[in-house]
Amino acid sequence: MSIEQFQDRNIGTQNYFTVDIEDYPVTGMEKFRRVVRRTFRGELFVGLWVVLREMFRFDIHTVQYPKEKLPIGPRYRAIHEMQRLWESGTERCIGCGLCEKICISDCIRMDTRIDENSRKEVTEYSINLGRCIFCGYCAEVCPELAIVHGGEYENASEQRAHFTLYEDMLTPVEEAIAQKQKEFPGFGAVTPYEDERVKKTPLAY
Amino acid sequence: MSMITITIDGQKIETQEGEFLLNAARANGIFIPAICYLTRCSPTLACRICLVEADGKQVYACNAKAKEGMEIVTSTDNIEQERRSIMEVYDVNHPLQCGVCDQSGECELQNYTLELGVDSQSYAIKDVERAAIDWGHIHYDPGLCIVCERCVTVCKDMIGDTSLKTVPRGSDPLDATYKESMPKDAYAMWNKLNKSVIGLTSGEAMLDCTSCGECAAVCPVGALVDTEFMYKSNAWELTQIPATCGHCSAGCQISYDVKHESIENSSDKIYRVMNEWNYVSLCGAGRYGFDYENRGVTKDKDAFVKAIEAFKQADTIRFTSTITNEEAFILQRLKEERGYRLINPEAKSFQNFLQEYSTISGTALYGSDLKETHDANFVISVGTALKSDNPNARYAFNNSMKMNKGAGLYFHPIADQVIEGLGKNVMSINHAPLQEEAVLYLILDLFADKAKLPEAIGKYLEQFHSKKTVTITETVKEEIIESVTKIIVDEESGEEKEVTEEIKKMVAKKIDKEVEVQSNALLEMVGAPENFNEALAKFLKKANAFSLIVGPDCYTHPNAKNIARLCALIEKYSDFKLVMIPTLTNTLGVSLLCDLDDEAGSYSIGYNTSGDFTLSALGNGDLDMPALNQQEGTLTSINKRVNPTNAALDYAGYELNDIANALGLESELTVDYTERLPVERGFRSENFDALPNHYTNEGVEVRGYLLDNRGVKTDNNEHVDEIDTDLTLEEGSIIYLVNPVRQFTAFTNTTEQLHTDGGLYMSETYLNENDINEGDTVTVSTSLGELRVNVISDNKIDGAIACLPTFDSKINSEALFGGYRFTSASIKKV
Repeated sequence: MSIEQFQDRNIGTQNYFTVDIEDYPVTGMEKFRRVVRRTFRGELFVGLWVVLREMFRFDIHTVQYPKEKLPIGPRYRAIHEMQRLWESGTERCIGCGLCEKICISDCIRMDTRIDENSRKEVTEYSINLGRCIFCGYCAEVCPELAIVHGGEYENASEQRAHFTLYEDMLTPVEEAIAQKQKEFPGFGAVTPYEDERVKKTPLAY
Repeated sequence: MSMITITIDGQKIETQEGEFLLNAARANGIFIPAICYLTRCSPTLACRICLVEADGKQVYACNAKAKEGMEIVTSTDNIEQERRSIMEVYDVNHPLQCGVCDQSGECELQNYTLELGVDSQSYAIKDVERAAIDWGHIHYDPGLCIVCERCVTVCKDMIGDTSLKTVPRGSDPLDATYKESMPKDAYAMWNKLNKSVIGLTSGEAMLDCTSCGECAAVCPVGALVDTEFMYKSNAWELTQIPATCGHCSAGCQISYDVKHESIENSSDKIYRVMNEWNYVSLCGAGRYGFDYENRGVTKDKDAFVKAIEAFKQADTIRFTSTITNEEAFILQRLKEERGYRLINPEAKSFQNFLQEYSTISGTALYGSDLKETHDANFVISVGTALKSDNPNARYAFNNSMKMNKGAGLYFHPIADQVIEGLGKNVMSINHAPLQEEAVLYLILDLFADKAKLPEAIGKYLEQFHSKKTVTITETVKEEIIESVTKIIVDEESGEEKEVTEEIKKMVAKKIDKEVEVQSNALLEMVGAPENFNEALAKFLKKANAFSLIVGPDCYTHPNAKNIARLCALIEKYSDFKLVMIPTLTNTLGVSLLCDLDDEAGSYSIGYNTSGDFTLSALGNGDLDMPALNQQEGTLTSINKRVNPTNAALDYAGYELNDIANALGLESELTVDYTERLPVERGFRSENFDALPNHYTNEGVEVRGYLLDNRGVKTDNNEHVDEIDTDLTLEEGSIIYLVNPVRQFTAFTNTTEQLHTDGGLYMSETYLNENDINEGDTVTVSTSLGELRVNVISDNKIDGAIACLPTFDSKINSEALFGGYRFTSASIKKV
């Protein structure tokens, strides 16, 4: 992208028009006249009439929140979700701690341990939503696509520090096995061109 | 060795002649990549990444020695290619599990892969199955292992256990085309790497070593990790708190790695202990015994009021030497202000020993330190169970054997397989208890400059010498000529021919010979083996740097004063440099700071020991005190260094300073006393916060400050008593007061990883001979008391001496001993 298109300020080819603004009143008399004119012209009723007209037309554009919600774009960064693997339903999070490290508002903490199968297990994971600035770094850095930003943006809380815990964020296991878990196309997800960008490693098998 | 000038990448630097190029470069801030090299150990030449060009020839910086005028280039096109290929080889089949690997974030494979910009892989080989193994306290994952052999090297050259070695990997040979296509060194390195993984020398399933964990510390990747630490925390989450280990007198530099305990509990917890492994090696107690803090203490006002009352009532303070210099100074100040008697038998005996020593040496402190032992090539250890009393002294002993091709004599009544296993150049001489005097006389006899030695001593030593004729069997090689008849088939005609040939042969022949030899009665007294003289002659061939380690057995010996004088004489009249092992963590500091008393009064305060009113950091006293990992302060080490240590964990209770303040001393913080430590006793007036605690790239120890080894007036009396031959232990079994490896005090025993039940440690032969089994309960009784303990079999000792530990507070073992660490006892099976 070059800078030229920004330097090209060719206004004339478009349909611009100047707004017709009358001169501001200067003297006291002029100001008085304007007040009288506006008061008795009934501009208030013009507005009321528009509302009344639209009410009878039944063509209302207002979204009836919270009964009605607008769809959220895939790249919107709301409250985090923890994904599971397809079919097996195993938790994707391996407890690498990169999200904890990269978090610029220092709101992620996790506890890990070695489990019975000698694997690293995440025993608890918490995000302090009072501190989180929803920057999306955690989702971007996650090597396993485990932590993603979901569409749940309603995080009003009675207290400043509001924590969300691992099990709140984790996809229910039945949902994952039933393959109902939505794959995340948003922040940090694999792009369609990933194969072209990866160098291949020779294999001796 | 002289200073020379070499040029690295155009930069002129000064270094010692014969210094390895890598060390010279590091000391001057020049970076040469290297993975397998460990400072203070021999070059392994496994990684070959430290390639440099010296005077136009490619050499390995870790084993090429500096010569005057050398021109070194650290990077050429060829070297860059080699390095890149080497890193690619290291990445072949290395699992991409950095996400869960404990080393991630401090991994040298990660670092060098990035440093050298490895972004693609050109090599491949079929992997073999390499399953992870648990070796007890160490977990080994061969999949992650890059076989740099640092663990093998440190275990052999520094620790001396030689528990690890390389074992065959069992993989396919490398693809033949690589030999042509790959850079030469990278191929050679891969060829070697591809044949080996790390295994145990013993061939058994579990590690049976002194469990220091140094192998896991030096591992550049996550192949060797501490089993307990595994998957607990990422490296970058831990805050490193520089400190000094509080378990023994070595005063090792460590860092406590601290993080919040969990999501629920945000109070700090120590996760592990790290060390600068290039310059300091830890023992198992230092590495795994870190959680000895006094937990959950709050300010208990009632107990504090009672403590003040007790202090007002008391006339005696009993304490141990596991306290900081500042606390010892507070106790001394309290003594001066309020006339308390300070009772600390172990420090008192060391203090007496040092004082007696100074009357001849003319210095307040012994002349040497463990650094000089590391650099020596002939080391003698007397009166100490080296592996338990001060593991670092043992590392120094071993390191001097391995690195300087040195030799050593280990005089101790207990045959110790760990010491004997250090190498062929170590002779372990198991003299009878109480014979330490004879040992020191022997050293005087063998090494002192007889011409300078006081006449009386020279004459006394002369008495032990006599000539005697012995018959020895010598093996002589003789040349004989044999005639052999052979049947040869003529190849052309097929005829058989008889041919007689004469063959010259060398035949070994044994001849009995009568030889007149010098016999030394001292050798018999100390129970030296028959080949002592020949072995010693061999040991001494190249010896030119001598070190003598003297240990706690000598301080509590009934003739300790005489032994101290003998030590001073050896230091004065021979080439030996003397280092004494202070009994406990800060015994040296306490013995310098406190005027200790012999006799206790009627009402005593106990600090970390029992008294009528007990202050305890172990959590079992009348008033809680902070443990050494919860306090800041300084500790005096065996190297005569005053090392600072910081508080790793919070402590909310009262400390000794609060009591001192309530009794009239005024100081806001305990560390305010650091700059008030008495200069006339060798300390320096330095602010605690100004004390450094690190090593430089050159390996220079920048920690705290060195004590001033000030001069003491001598009376020019160099008289020493003759060996007290009447001194013997009573009939019966002999017991020895010593802790097993990894235990020092009750503090080490409170830690999660080291906690164990003590008992009577007996060698396997002793158990078999007396029909006692491991786990049996026995009563041990001496003239001073009786104990019931369980028997523990110790496969690392030999002989008929049983060992009682002091670390287990359930066993009041010290009550059985009258000062000296050996005593006779009767051991009966219950």
